[in-house]
Amino acid sequence: MTTLTATDLSKTYLLRSGLRFSRLQAVQEVSFELSPGRTLALVGQSGSGKSTIAKLLMQLERPTSGTLLLDGAPIGRRGRALADYRHEVQMVFQDPFASLNPYHSIGHHLLRPLLLHGRATARTAPGAAKELLERVNLPADDAFMERRPHELSGGQRQRVAIARALAPGPSVLVADEPVSMLDVSVRLGVLNLLARLQQEEDLAMLYITHDLATARHFSDEIMVMLRGRVIEHGPADEVILSPREEFTRRLLAAAPEPATNQRFLAEAQRRGVPMPDHLAHQEDLG
Amino acid sequence: MTTITEESAQIDETEKTTAPRRRRPATTLVVGLGIVVAIVLFGLVAPFFTQDPLAVSNDGMQGPSAAHLLGTTQTGQDVLAQLAHATRGSLMVGVIVAVLALLLSAFFGILGGYLGGWLDEVFSLFTNVVLILPGLPLMIVIGSYVEQRGLLLIAFVLAITSWAASARVLRSQTLSIRSRDYVHAARIAGEKPWRIISVEILPNLLPVMSSGFVFALITAILGEAGLSFIGLGVVGTQTWGSMLFYAQNGQALTLGGWWWFVPPGFMIAVLGGGLSLINFSIDAIINPRLRNAPANVRRVQKAEKEAGA
Repeated sequence: MTTLTATDLSKTYLLRSGLRFSRLQAVQEVSFELSPGRTLALVGQSGSGKSTIAKLLMQLERPTSGTLLLDGAPIGRRGRALADYRHEVQMVFQDPFASLNPYHSIGHHLLRPLLLHGRATARTAPGAAKELLERVNLPADDAFMERRPHELSGGQRQRVAIARALAPGPSVLVADEPVSMLDVSVRLGVLNLLARLQQEEDLAMLYITHDLATARHFSDEIMVMLRGRVIEHGPADEVILSPREEFTRRLLAAAPEPATNQRFLAEAQRRGVPMPDHLAHQEDLG
Repeated sequence: MTTITEESAQIDETEKTTAPRRRRPATTLVVGLGIVVAIVLFGLVAPFFTQDPLAVSNDGMQGPSAAHLLGTTQTGQDVLAQLAHATRGSLMVGVIVAVLALLLSAFFGILGGYLGGWLDEVFSLFTNVVLILPGLPLMIVIGSYVEQRGLLLIAFVLAITSWAASARVLRSQTLSIRSRDYVHAARIAGEKPWRIISVEILPNLLPVMSSGFVFALITAILGEAGLSFIGLGVVGTQTWGSMLFYAQNGQALTLGGWWWFVPPGFMIAVLGGGLSLINFSIDAIINPRLRNAPANVRRVQKAEKEAGA
């Protein structure tokens, strides 16, 4: 399987306002490794450079400095080599309402990558597309293939986007906040689907999110970013349970915990629900 | 029989309860299309049935009669025959110009917008230069220098002065669509640039392009009429503008020959109105918020009236 290694990745944008130029250092010297069967969660606030890293990995932007290695070899930047790279590395976008072309059918979105990457011929492609739909728990029939994106719900669209990313048969998958635009009720379903597919395909996955809870649940390692820099990087449980950095602690504290609600605590006490130790003392906060 | 009519009445009822909101914007489209189709059919079919538009006779400046439904010109030519041929000529100029302008604006707007960089800078500069070229004076200059002003030459002159505005609209739309996620997704899937432009971006520009096409059609027909009216139009082909030019020369207005200059003027006005109606409904399709705007205005007016009373 395939390992994607990023070393000292930096991206500086030149901003122009009138005649004045300024530099925005979106990403500064970020290094990590995506290896088969493992998920790396990239956590940070908006504007911390998470999505820029996704763009650099997908070669939608060129890094200012730093190297990307696929199985130890420098990645292809154009032509045939770039096509080979796209064959291995695919991405799921944040907003399923923007990532599917409103003009084209669901079938078009799945058939094109299958054909482009030689995964199917014109004759076998519809069958292969239906197989993909089945794998992401969507109805695999002609009627569904002919539907347009606007006829689907957000969760269904994101499943289509996942199926499209899987179509070239990648070994590395970048998921840029795959559930942040979805209804809370379907988030877990989509995340479980991603986790299942990762296991089945032994994918190396980069899971970009701002939600530490799902990061801990679905990934092996967590990397915390602040203003373009990685400030903490380690095994998921270690980062969550004993954060070394002040910022990580603040991120953890920012997640609302129902148990800190006084009414909830009073109700729990009245009903005699056992409380974990660290919550039992919160009554004093009054 | 009665059961059938009852059924059809019921169907009408159900349609009425669900459909009116959808139908309302369509009325502008239906009326606009009706006008345009009628004029196009007139221009295509009528010339085969009318008299020779250039045949001179002795009964000049006659009002409408059974022999000449729209009367005759000063030299005794049949106005209806002239109108039919002029409709064909004007529409031909309009369509040629609109197609040329569409191609030019699509080339400079979409290609520059998608590829960006220095090519976009050059294309934008060129577009802006053409945009500020004063159209009519340029046409007068070119028209008066060239001896043989054929249909294609006039169409070409009109086209190069009328594509720039829609090129700018297309460029800004392309810039916006280029950075959407589905275009990134197509790049990641490995699509080639020409395929991204033609398959992923172009279909989403179709509403804008069709409204640009209709607008170019109106400007071209008006521009040609203006050129012909001042005597710099197409030589050898009749258009509404050339009819007005000869009517002016023959002093139709002072002699009271309304049947000579009203029909071409009426055709220009009605065709412009019909094309504008089509354009409004295209706008309503692009921007769904416009669909309910007339109804909203009426609602506000009604509320104000009630508040006043």
